[in-house]
Order: sequence, then C-alpha cells, then structure tokens
Amino acid sequence: MSDAAPILELDRVRISYLLRTREINVTPGLSLRLAQGEALGLVGESGSGKSTVAYAIMRYLGTVGRITGGRVLFEGRDLARMSEAELRQVRGRRIAMVYQDPMSSLNPVMTIGRQLMEVPMLHDAVGADEAHRRALTMLGEVNFADPEAIMRRYPHQLSGGQQQRIVIAMALIGKPALLIMDEPTTGLDVTVEAAVLELVRGLLKRYRTALLFISHNLGTVAQLCDRVAVLYGGEIVEEGPIRAVFANPTHPYTRALLACLPRLGRSKHEMSLRSIPGHPPSLAARPPGCGFAPRCAYAERARCTTAAIPSVAVAGEAEHLVRCVRAGELGAGARDAEAAASRSSPLSNEVRIETQALAKRYRQSRGAFGGAGPPVQALDAVDLQVARGETLAIVGESGCGKSTFARVLSGLEVASGGNARLDGEEIGGLPAEKRSAKLKRKLQMVFQNPESTLNPSHRVGYAIARSLKRLKGLSNGEAWREAERLLETVKLQPEFAQRKPAQLSGGQKQRVAIARAIAGDPEVVVADEPVSSLDVSVQAAIINLLSELQAERQESLIFISHDLAVVRYLADHVAVMYLGKVVEFGPVDAVFAPPSHPYTEALLSAVPEPDPDRHQARIILEGNLPSAIDLPKGCPFASRCPRKVGVICETTAPPMQALPGGHRIACHIAPDDLTRLQRLGPPTMAAATVASL
Amino acid sequence: MARFFLKHLFFLCLTLAVVSLLVFLLTEFTPGDVARKYLGAYATQEQVDLLSKQMGLDRPVLVRYGEFVGKILSGDLGTSTRYRVPVQDILFDRLANTGLLALVAFAFIVPLSMLFGILAGMREGSFLDRSILLVSAVLASVPEFAMGVFLATIFVVTLNWLPGTATLQSGGHWPIALQLVLPVSVIVLFDMGYVVSMVRASMVETMRRPYIRTAVLKGMHFRQVVMGHALRNAMINPVTVILLQINYLVSGVVVVESVFAYPGFGRMMLEASLYKDIALIEAGALVSVFVAVATQIVGDLAYMLLDPRIRS
Amino acid sequence: MTEQVQLSGVAETGPAPVLPGSGAGAITRAVRSLAILGHSPTTLVGLGIVVFWAAMALLAPLIAPYPPNALDPAAVAHPTPSALHWFGTDQLGRDILSRILWGARRVLTVAPIAVLSAALAGTFLGLCAGYYRGFIDLVISRIADIMLSFPVIILYMIVLALFGSSVLNIVLVVAITKAPIIARIVRGLTLELREREYVAAAKMRGESALYIMLVEILPNARGPLIVDMCLRMGYTTITIGVLGFLGIGLPPPDPDWGGMVKDTYGMMSVWPHMSLIPCAAISSLVIGFNLLAIGLREASLRE
Repeated sequence: MSDAAPILELDRVRISYLLRTREINVTPGLSLRLAQGEALGLVGESGSGKSTVAYAIMRYLGTVGRITGGRVLFEGRDLARMSEAELRQVRGRRIAMVYQDPMSSLNPVMTIGRQLMEVPMLHDAVGADEAHRRALTMLGEVNFADPEAIMRRYPHQLSGGQQQRIVIAMALIGKPALLIMDEPTTGLDVTVEAAVLELVRGLLKRYRTALLFISHNLGTVAQLCDRVAVLYGGEIVEEGPIRAVFANPTHPYTRALLACLPRLGRSKHEMSLRSIPGHPPSLAARPPGCGFAPRCAYAERARCTTAAIPSVAVAGEAEHLVRCVRAGELGAGARDAEAAASRSSPLSNEVRIETQALAKRYRQSRGAFGGAGPPVQALDAVDLQVARGETLAIVGESGCGKSTFARVLSGLEVASGGNARLDGEEIGGLPAEKRSAKLKRKLQMVFQNPESTLNPSHRVGYAIARSLKRLKGLSNGEAWREAERLLETVKLQPEFAQRKPAQLSGGQKQRVAIARAIAGDPEVVVADEPVSSLDVSVQAAIINLLSELQAERQESLIFISHDLAVVRYLADHVAVMYLGKVVEFGPVDAVFAPPSHPYTEALLSAVPEPDPDRHQARIILEGNLPSAIDLPKGCPFASRCPRKVGVICETTAPPMQALPGGHRIACHIAPDDLTRLQRLGPPTMAAATVASL
Repeated sequence: MARFFLKHLFFLCLTLAVVSLLVFLLTEFTPGDVARKYLGAYATQEQVDLLSKQMGLDRPVLVRYGEFVGKILSGDLGTSTRYRVPVQDILFDRLANTGLLALVAFAFIVPLSMLFGILAGMREGSFLDRSILLVSAVLASVPEFAMGVFLATIFVVTLNWLPGTATLQSGGHWPIALQLVLPVSVIVLFDMGYVVSMVRASMVETMRRPYIRTAVLKGMHFRQVVMGHALRNAMINPVTVILLQINYLVSGVVVVESVFAYPGFGRMMLEASLYKDIALIEAGALVSVFVAVATQIVGDLAYMLLDPRIRS
Repeated sequence: MTEQVQLSGVAETGPAPVLPGSGAGAITRAVRSLAILGHSPTTLVGLGIVVFWAAMALLAPLIAPYPPNALDPAAVAHPTPSALHWFGTDQLGRDILSRILWGARRVLTVAPIAVLSAALAGTFLGLCAGYYRGFIDLVISRIADIMLSFPVIILYMIVLALFGSSVLNIVLVVAITKAPIIARIVRGLTLELREREYVAAAKMRGESALYIMLVEILPNARGPLIVDMCLRMGYTTITIGVLGFLGIGLPPPDPDWGGMVKDTYGMMSVWPHMSLIPCAAISSLVIGFNLLAIGLREASLRE
C-alpha cells in the first residue's frame, strides 16, 4: 500500500439508529482505509450493515440514523462533522454513488439528458450548452452508440443494463475522486452484469477513481477489486489484498462463506455445500466478544465471547488483517475439508415429464388505451424430458421463458400449443382448477420470493395443513400433526407451526414453502428460482435440503435458475433457454463443456468466479435482446451471437444437432467445429469488449 | 390519441344515455301525480285526467323516453312545471351563477391547496406537516352548513362585516363582491381540507422515492430537489383530483347555496326535486352528469400529458 | 360534496425481523395493537371522541333530561342555556341537550348500517372485479364509474325528494353511492394481491375462487379497508347531516342534527346557540372519525 494519504478513512465509526425507545447500533467501531485510485470491495450478507456504511459516508441516513462516534475522513476532512452546505459541495462532485435498482434511481418524468446535465451545471457552473456537450461525451464513454438519441429518452424506455450505465454516467460526469457502488449489478442478468463490470473496470482505470464496491457476491468482488473487507454484524472480520484473502481465508466466517458457494466445477456428487447454521446477529442486542461466535464451528467460549476481539495481521502477510483470536490455530490452507458428497441415486430412465413443441403465447394489455397488444411468444416449440428422480435445471436470462414454462407445467397458465405430459397424462392444456386431485398431488411448486410465498395473515402450519387436507384428504387434527412432522423434515422446530410468517427469516420461510410443496408427496417438484432471494449462507442450506429430499423421495426436480454455479452443482440435466426456445439440452457435464451453444458459452464466461486469479476473457454480448413480440425468423440468438456464421443464422431456424448422451444443440455450426473453436477461446471482436446492450 | 378521444366520447354518451334513462324512470315511478301537481289540489279528477292525456302521460314509457331523447337532442329541454317557462331560461341562468361561485372558489383553492400540500409533504413528520395535516383534517370534517353557521355567527351576527345572504341583488345593502365572500370562504375551506391532504399524500409518496435520494446525493439543495425533481412527479395525481373538484363545485355546492340563499344550480335542483318539477330535474341531471364526465375526461387527458410513461 | 378515495397502499406486514418472536396469544395481540394506537395523540383524541359519542348515543334514553320532542312553552321566551336546560331550547321549546343526545343515537345507528352495507356490497364486487378481471371487471368497473360520475347530491335530492325519506331509503341510497368507492379500493388491492405467490400456491392445491378471495386475499386487505371504513363513517355522518339540513333527511319531528340546524339557523342573529350547538356536535363527531382514520393509517404503515 502506498504511503500517500488515503482518500477515505473511517476511524472507529459508530453508526446507530436512534429509535424512540432504544438504540440499534449497526457498527460499533468500523475502521477502513481506501487509497487513491484503489478499489475496495465491502462484502457482507443481509444485516451486515454494508449499505448503511455506504450511506453513512454520504451522510444520508434519514431522520433516525446517526453517526454517533468516530471520524469519516475524506480527503482529510471529517464528513461526519460537516454542515449541509459543505456536504453539498462533496456530494456528486467529489464522491458519487451508484445504486442497486437503476430504474427507480432515475426520475421517470425527466429526460436522460436533463438528468445528466444537472451535475456539471450544478457543480461546475457551466451553461447548458457545455453541459450538453459533456453529457454527450459521457454517454459515449459508457458505450452508448447513439448518445444524441439517448439524451432525449426517458428512463422507462431503456433496459436495465442501459439504465445502470446512465446512473454510472451521472456519477462519473463530475469526475469524482471516490465512487461508491451499492450492489450495482444485483438486479441485472449475468451477461448484462459482465458488461457493466467490464465497463466499470475500464472507467476506473481511465479516471483513476477510487471505488468502494459493496456487494454480497464474492465473485464480482474478486473480479473487480484490489482489496476486500468482509463485514459481519457491523464489524470487519477480515480484510486484505484480494489474492491474499481468497487464497488464504483466515476468519471462520470468510472460510464458511467461500465454502457455501457452489462453483462452476463442482457437482452434488462430489460434495455437500457447507452452510452456516443459525442466523445473523440481531443488531439490537450485541453480545460481548466476537459477533460470529454463536455460529462459529471453532468458537471457544472463554476466549471468543468475553471481550472485544482486536484485529491482527495474518502470519507473514502484513496487509492481511483478521479479527479472530484463533487466527493462527485454524490451519493454513484454502478451504475447509469438503463434506461428504450427498447420496446420489442412479438415474432411472423412466420419463416422468415430457413436453413436445410446447408453446405459449399471450397478449399484453396496452395500458391507458386498453385493448390487447401484440402477441408475445413466451414459449416456442419446447421439447424437454425429465426422468424419475432426476434434477432438470432450466437456465436463461430474463425473458427467456423459464418462468412461463414453470407456470404452464403447474397449471397457472395454459399452453397455447403443443403438449406436456405427466406420467402420460396431458397437463399442458389443463389449468390448475381443472386438474384432478391426483394430478394436483403429483406436481407442486416452490416459488421464488420468500416474502410473498406465505400468506402473512395465516399461521405457518395452516398453509401446510391446508395442503394436506386438500391433497391427501386428512382430517384437521391429522393434518396439523403431519404438518409438524413435515416441519421437522425441513429442519424447523414443530413449534414454528404456530408462528406467523413475519416472525420467520427468509430461509425459514422458504423451508416452510418446501414443506408445503412436498406435503402431498408429489412426484414432481417445480422450483422457480427458490434460492435467488436468499443470502449465500442460507442458499447453501436450502440447496442441500432440496437435494436430500429429492434423493430420499425419488422426486423429479425441475429447478429454474439464472445462477449457473448453483445449476452446475445441483442438476443432472440442463436446458438452456433463450427467447422462449431451448437452445441446448443435455447432461450437465456435457452442457458445461465444449461443444456448447454460443449462448451457453457466453453465459458461462460471464459468471463471476470468486477466484481473483481466474481472469478468463469474457465474452461480452453486443446488440439488444430482440423483443419477444417480433421474433426473428432464424436463430433467436443471431442478433447477438459472437459466433454468427452468416446470413443463414438470421433466415433459417437452426437444426437441433444430436450428440451422444442425449445432448442437443440448436446451432448451424457443426458440433465438432464448435468444440474446436471453443477450445481456442472466446471469439475476438472488432472493438475490444465494447458492449452496446 | 384518436382512440383515446373516441373511447371517452363513447363513454360520455353511454353515461348520459344510462343516466337519462334512470332519471326518467325514477321520475316515472314517483308517487304523486304530475298533472295534479300542475293543476293544484283543488282540481277535479276529470281535469287531472284530461291534462294527463294532453301531456301524454298515459302513453307507454319507452315511447315517452324516446320522445324525450328526441327533444333533448334537438335542443328542446322542456318546460318547467313550477315556473311555467322553458327550462333553458332558468337552467342556464342558475348555472351561470353557480359558475361564478365555482370560478372564484377555484381560483383560491388551486394555489392555496398546492402550496400547503407541498409544504406539508416535502418534510414528512415535521411540525409544519403535522399542523397542516391536522388543520386540513378538521376543515374536511366540518360540514359546509356548519362552517357556514360558524362563519356567519362571527362575521354576520357578531361583527356585522358581511351579509348573511347572497341573493345577488345589487339593489340592496351589500355589494355583490361582499355577498360572495362568505359562500366562497365556506367552499374554499371545506374543499381545501380534502385537496390539501391529497396533494400532501402525493408529495410524501414522491419524496420517498429513490430518485429523490439520487438528486440529493448529486449535491442538490433541498429546494432544488423539491422544485426540480419532486414537484413534477408529485403533481400528476393531484392535478386529476383538482380537476375533479370542478364537478363538486358545480353540483355539490347546493348546501352552501341553501345556507346563503344563493340563486344557484344546486338550489334549483333541490327545489325542483321537492316540487317534482320533472322537466327541470331531468335537464339538470343531464347537465350535472355532463359536467362530471367532461371533467373526468379532462382529468384523464391531463394525466396522460403529464406522465411520459403513459404516453408511449 | 366529494367523496374521498384516499391514496393507500397494501398494508401487509413487512419483511421478517431477524429473530423469531414468540407466538403471542390473541389478548396479547389486542393489547399490543392498542399500544401501537396509543403512541399517537391524534389517534387517541379521535378514538376518544368517537367512543364518547357512541356512549352518548347508547345511553341517550337514560341520561337525556327530557324527551326529545317535548315542548316546554315556558322556555320559548328565553330559550338560552339555563339551569333547567343546559344547552337551552329551540324555537319550539324543545330541550337541545336531549335532542343532541337522541340525534347522536340517530346518526350512529343509520351511519354504521349504511357504511356496513356499502362495505359488504363494495368488498364483494371489488374482490370479484379484481380477481376475475376480464369481462366481469369491465362491467363492474364501468358501472362503478358511471355511479361515481354522478354527483351524489343530485342523486340524493332526486331520489329522496321523489320517493320520500325514510331510514330505509336513506340507508339504501347512501349505501348505493358509497359502494362503488369501496369497490374500487378493494379492486385495486385485489389486483395487487392476486399476484402474490401464496395465491398461486392456493390455486395449485385446488382452492376455489371464493376461498381464495375470502381467505387468502381479503385478510391482507383489511388494513386499508379498515382505514377507509373509518373515513366513510365520517363522510356518511356529514351526508346525513346535509340531508337533514336540506330537508330531505329523516322525517321530523325526531331529532336529527342537520334538521336542527335547518330549523334554527334563520334565527342565528337572535339565538345563535340553537344552530351552533348541533353544528358543533356534528363537526366534532366527524373530526373524531377523521383523526382516528389518520391514526389507523399511520399505525398500519408502521406495522
């Protein structure tokens, strides 16, 4: 680290929320340093306080939040003590921020141009013409092909990736010395995320801006940052240069966090994911000693829970600090011993679910003018099979139709064409109301959002008992008893049956949802992004649970996700979808290695791996996602495919090429050629990694 | 855009048709004989029957309704049985009077309620906000006649600064402008109670949005944030609400008109109903509904123009 | 007279706190709700006013010093408040205090019935419109729009003047005019709530539409609905007062606050108390309802 003064220094900062009756202390005494031009990643799960730290730096804590102690030194001056007028000089000009949800961070009734121009007009006192010129320049820097046109648009007319680039432009147009980014890519598709990260990396280098990057995603942090600090319960438990921390994670929490992550190379047959038992600490009542002790496998009561733990350097690594008294004793080495692999049953060939040419069209309503809009082809000629006891994962980005597929199978939507059969019985055209009780028992669903998956007005046990009564015909007493038993199956205490969802954490709610789904002993469980809204440590536990249940009950699991690492871990077969079509299907090992469909290849390269040394060259997709209303004639991926061979890709639908082992790829390029090309590496492009999504 | 107008025009005509039919049917089934009312209590039954026949009251309902619609469309609004003159002679006069009242009231309501609503909503929970909220809740709770009584007790009875009635006769003691003060005040105070809380609610909602945070963290002054970013968004809903007040101002001020003996449209309708003056009731109802639906259309149009998300 | 459709959102309980709380029993929950309400002075004042008038209405037969329609010829000459008549008498010598108490009884009987009828009809229609959408929604919404576009005063005048005013007529006409507003609110809430995943889960286990509407959706709409009902009570009180004032309210001589004002405001210059007191009564009751509604809304948002 250079000896030059750090641009940002937090010195024992104490942040609290002062409620009427009590004080919630988010950070007891946080210390942090950021050098000029350096990128620091602040990693933590929900409840760690990472966003609070970011907003505290900007002094934007609302009426109840307060910095009650310590100093926030920026360029030598203490932000915590500045007046509003002084802060206005700093915000937007010396420190700028990029937020998590770009759509709501932009003013919907103001043109992009005006929103951009405000910054130089405000801080540099330039006139409208000069501001306009600067805005155009900035739009070019964030890779917009037609800046003039963008200036006149409104935010809702842009895609998520484009909106985020606008927010980044707005932040950097004032040429700030420090950029704070709060989960900037969390809501974006993985290919869009890759493009945005690439863009940010380039801009930081060019402008020499320091970066405080807040995220829960260790992968993105590994790819972008120079140093990382791990936050738990408002305290930094480990920090250091990125390579040092990832190569030698010392704090038990960091280790556990890394062990929770499914990696692209691992599958459930090799290992179980480690999860972290318990939940994050309540910030209202802070016990003495280490905040992680209640959940730590190595905690020793006497040493760990009596007094505050100091931050010490790891042996031999002066810049790698860790807050643990047992730091030197836990054994060097990268990860914890890998747990035993979960039981894997041999895959049977008995086909449970089969779809042929399944199609779904629907018409969007047109808002104020009423009437039906043009038809959207959400699913187009989908052919899939799921065998008994196996997991089929469906991956794709937003708009690919995977959720629609789940809804058609579940009966929440009705197919427009083709058929879908469960044990030979047609279900594609049958809405849930019309299905027989037997059919309803056979197929159940686990949903994505733990906050809305349970009815907040009902007790937890009621949802499960009701399922039991409806699907299995149990009496009231029997149903409740069975509900408690099911809660135990999903590793919750039976007393939870009497609680309301508001009293449960996200992971617990999702467990209840799983219990509800398996109540009727279904043969097929459709899980639509069941872990996407959960913290990483909780994700692992839920994934393990699904995996165990499936092995025990021989269920077929249709697992929908956008997270390729999870898919790699959990799936037996994978289907990759794009714009309503299946572009690749096959056993997971085959799909995740060449030959792959070019889209699959792009997806795989976009996944941010939590490994700072793996700087794989990324494939950044150019062009816009074509609208599902106006489907292109040939290959749906043609407009963005970096391996497009020619006009044939646009005019002719690609044939489904069959490969050994049930592997299928829809591409004009022959599989052998694909293998050869993909082994060479990603295709080079005219301009280096330019993205105009 | 054309679709918008056509659709709303169709809705307007549909509403007018339905309402006119309803009103017609209602008056049809009222107890009490129209012809008798016309002739008075001392007429003989024969005379009443003769008049009924002459007025065509013995023909089937739908025929009469058809005739009624025909007449309306050709501009003949019928004859008032009470005043014995064509309806339009009375109707439009009264409407104009109410219009005067509405105009003056509106001129005060719009700027004042926007001012207070914005001041309240821009700093939610502040002392100013809570005070404005409380005052507007109280104002909206006091019925117009009660407000009229309270104000009259102070300004007419005790202080004698203002007249107790507003008959719009300039020959008397009080100039017309002063006559209007109390009725307008009652209307403005009562309506503001409601409109201020709507404007405030919209403002509060807007100030909570993330793009306000973006503006603040750009380094903008609070005043700039409110005027430049919040207002345009916050005013979208209230504009519609404010336009809908016109509806209230035309048809709903009958209470104020009654308190102050103001010769307006609402009072005309009340008396017509009490006196069972069919033609006047029907014509008046149609006018009310027309105003109501027209303001709704204008409100929708305004909403569309203000919110770019709807436009595209 | 405008009806208000307040901008309100769905008052569902927010995301989970980190630690599970204890499963509280019903009494504990009720006490906790009162405690939440008790935090705000506005709510307490509002609640206090409403409870006060409710008590007055309930106890009127017991505590009114005179029968409400009894004439006291001796007092006609000096109708101002005195030891015999605490609030004085009206122009016919009837004791104002008693008439106020009995008037409260009137209002607080008619208004709740009207509001509840409107709520029943409106909730059911709103649920159907929001849940089924499509044609049913189109029809219900259009009818509601037509009804809402009709200026209510005109409607009252026409209906009540032509058909005469009785309790039944008033309840009917008020319920019919208020139902569309409630329907619109419930429809909005239903449209939002039907997209929740627990509704999808209910569909997948074969629940009927009625079950989903009443058991899954409605309980989660209760927050904004309760707030709105409170507001409706206030507006209905105003409506009943206005009807009385215009002479198309409850038939005389039974006391009705609006009617009391109508009979006496002409004598304002001489005997202001005769009209001021009923005005104050009706205003205070409506203020009570509105303050309570504000407090309830804040409490439901804070939950």
